[in-house]
Amino acid sequence: MSETEKHQLVIIGAGPGGYRAAFMAADLGLEVTLVDPEINPGGVCLYRGCIPTKALLHLAKIKADAEQAGDLGIHFDKVKVDTDEVGKWKNSVVKKLTGGLGQLVKARKIKYIRGMAKFLDSETLQIEKNGGGKKEITFENAIIATGAKPVELPGIDMDNPKIMHSAQSLELKDIPNKMLIVGGGYIGLEMATIYHAFATEITVVELTEDLMPGMDKDLVTEFKKANKNTFKEVFPETRVKAIRKKGNALEVDFEDKQKKKFSKTYDKVLISAGQNPNTKNTGLENTSVETDEKGFIKVNNQMQTTQKNIYAIGDVAGPPLLAHKASYEGKVAAEVIAGKKSANDAKAIPAVIYTEPEIAVCGLSEKEAKEKGIDYKVVKFPWPASGRAVAMNENSGFTKLLVHQENERILGAGIVGRNAGDMIAEIALAIEMAATAEDVALTIHPHPTLSETIMEAAEVFYGHPAHISTKK
Amino acid sequence: MKKEIKIPDIAENVETGLIAGILVSEGDKVSADQPVVEIETDKATTDIPSPFDGVVGEIKVKEGDEVKVNQVIMIIETEGEGEGEGEGEQEGSEQEKDNDREKDENKKETNSGTEGENEKADEEEKEEDDEDETTDEKDEGNDDDKKETAKKDDSETKDLSDVPASPSVRRLAREMDVDLTKVEGSGPGNRITVDDVKSFAEKPEKSETSNKSIRLPDFSHWGPATKEQMTTIRKITAKNVSEAWQTIPHVTQFDEADITNLENFRKQHMGKVEKAGGKLTVTAILLKIAGFALQKFPRFNSSLNAENNEIITKHYYNVGIAADTPQGLLVPVVRNVNSKSLQELSVELTELAQKARDKKLSTEEMQGGNFTISNLGGIGGTAFTPIVLPPQVAILGVSRAAYKPIYNDGELEKRLIIPLSLSYDHRVIDGADGARFLRWVCDVIEDPYAILQ
Repeated sequence: MSETEKHQLVIIGAGPGGYRAAFMAADLGLEVTLVDPEINPGGVCLYRGCIPTKALLHLAKIKADAEQAGDLGIHFDKVKVDTDEVGKWKNSVVKKLTGGLGQLVKARKIKYIRGMAKFLDSETLQIEKNGGGKKEITFENAIIATGAKPVELPGIDMDNPKIMHSAQSLELKDIPNKMLIVGGGYIGLEMATIYHAFATEITVVELTEDLMPGMDKDLVTEFKKANKNTFKEVFPETRVKAIRKKGNALEVDFEDKQKKKFSKTYDKVLISAGQNPNTKNTGLENTSVETDEKGFIKVNNQMQTTQKNIYAIGDVAGPPLLAHKASYEGKVAAEVIAGKKSANDAKAIPAVIYTEPEIAVCGLSEKEAKEKGIDYKVVKFPWPASGRAVAMNENSGFTKLLVHQENERILGAGIVGRNAGDMIAEIALAIEMAATAEDVALTIHPHPTLSETIMEAAEVFYGHPAHISTKK
Repeated sequence: MKKEIKIPDIAENVETGLIAGILVSEGDKVSADQPVVEIETDKATTDIPSPFDGVVGEIKVKEGDEVKVNQVIMIIETEGEGEGEGEGEQEGSEQEKDNDREKDENKKETNSGTEGENEKADEEEKEEDDEDETTDEKDEGNDDDKKETAKKDDSETKDLSDVPASPSVRRLAREMDVDLTKVEGSGPGNRITVDDVKSFAEKPEKSETSNKSIRLPDFSHWGPATKEQMTTIRKITAKNVSEAWQTIPHVTQFDEADITNLENFRKQHMGKVEKAGGKLTVTAILLKIAGFALQKFPRFNSSLNAENNEIITKHYYNVGIAADTPQGLLVPVVRNVNSKSLQELSVELTELAQKARDKKLSTEEMQGGNFTISNLGGIGGTAFTPIVLPPQVAILGVSRAAYKPIYNDGELEKRLIIPLSLSYDHRVIDGADGARFLRWVCDVIEDPYAILQ
């Protein structure tokens, strides 16, 4: 294609949203151009986010299991971690997956340009190619899928190698003895789990009143119960005022709710205080694309921005900032551009925190159900009553469902425990299908599995779960 | 100073009306209580007065427009504060706003650099504000308007979060342009299935059947044709009769009564009633008889609550009389027929008829009927099938009386015979009851002593 010819669809960013949109659009017969600085698609998720953290969390789990195996009669010599080898294996996982995506790009005849794109107007993009050189291309439709990046705290010098964002912390360069994690959200807690496996002493400081802001309290409490030994200290409702070099370490100034100031010393600090959308330097001001007060691009339910031929998906189009939400939106945008009557009408976006134990939620939280004025009932099945959980030496955790009192439909769910993330998909399907608790209770679940806890929680609604007694 | 004239609450349950006439022009001086427009509502025409003295600045409606209660129809410039001042005031407030914005800005600047985590966000907010400022300067208010509409569009997309339908069903509904919030699900927990969506798409929307069912050809193809808007009365009649026709299983019973004696009685007493200000008509006499009939056959004085399977019997006797007026069909209601003398009824009927013709009937005077009499005898016809006026359950139609030869004890006699048609709601009234009711009415017309039976 000549450079002056109009590109039918240009997608900026090849993360889980961007590449999903590209694949879908190509499968629907569109001519697709994908722009991303990396050699292969994948974005933060595959290169510096979801995938590498899960690889390391898998290792953390193996280590924890090995250490606990002694209680069950299997004795290992002291578990030794070789961070170099671990790093290599993690990198091989990333390479395998991103390489696979690169193959799929070629197979679909998608034009892949390495570089950064910027809007010059509502039908022209300037692409600054990797390794220099600029070119302009025109397009009929564009999808912005530029994702988000970690919030930078003012006055904190991110050039100091001892102060990291999650991406740098995944490089596993010199494992610190003492680390402070700023921000008790899911990224901070997953990193805490990884570094705890490397025997780092972890402290978490959180601005709000508890870890995992926004999460139902019972889930957080169950997580904390199982993680008594993971954290040296947790400072809720506390602010980081300054970080100074102190010899080979870092001295951090805190201020708590009562304005009380104190200081502590750490080897490294991880900043995980949230994400900002990547809307800067994309030339949005040269188009009619509008952003909200937080910088997220405004879109309608067809993922269309206020500039008709430009779409936005994933993190850049607003919370929740989750890869699977981006992929879904990518499909919707591609279908809409291909002329289909598609729309984003998801009822339940599951979210998983891959800590030990995992926490998974979807649908309405109790807080949201209350705010909506819905008459709901919480039904819970504790894992110590599950045969499989006990056989796996899981001594805590529960499965909770929110059920509508009148029509008995499943409204939401929260699970704390091993593999909670894999289990939550069943409930997401139940919510999307408008299944009732009865539907779930009457579905045969394999025995012995953790999935039975979902069935039994649904049975609690009707007062007849097998493995716990419900007092009337 | 500019003041608005709005459509006031005209009558109970009346939400809309048609502008029947505009009585002033822009620039006219008006005084308080001077009528400025004429509104045709439900069944009457009313004048809307100006609430204040002043000059008509702007008329926002034209004749034939449909207007709602509280809609602004006119702007009146009242004396005292001139136009110029008003504008000045607006400018002032604009400036104030700008100042406020600057103040906000300053606040932010002084704040930044002191706080911890939120600083970055603040910083960004500020920058965005800056951008807003520049666009504001480019085209003042418009920008805001645009944003407003964008927001509105978003909120107008239906909230499907509570609709029990699977993703594939939702997709199908989108593709078939089916509004899922209107589909009733047949599955457990009212879940909507693919079949529910398909069958919903196939059947036309209930409420709009009457308007949508008939597709009109281009009449100009065969000759000249003109269009006119239906009046409010026409629209209401059309809506009421189609609802009645669609929901009520009608049966019409025909009978004849000999009114030779009744006519003699009527002529005898006509003068007396006329002196009292009324007109003793066949309708007036039928009104009196109908009152007795409703008392004797309470089922005809009832209403049906089909939802709860209940029949509500009323213990008062209000009878509506269908009146043919230049504006269309109106049905004033005569209250408590049984507690009024024939002369009183005649007088009241005459007054109501006059009011109907003069468009002076209030909504109140057209509500609360239990039964209706429609007399077309003055025009002609041998019989017709009137439509029941819900929530009533029966209506009596009267056609033209004519002399007929009737056998009486083997002798042919010239008698004046009137044809009567009784339509009733078969859900509430059976055929035999219908025949009995109408026969009783005929018997009483022929021999009023029959009431004593």
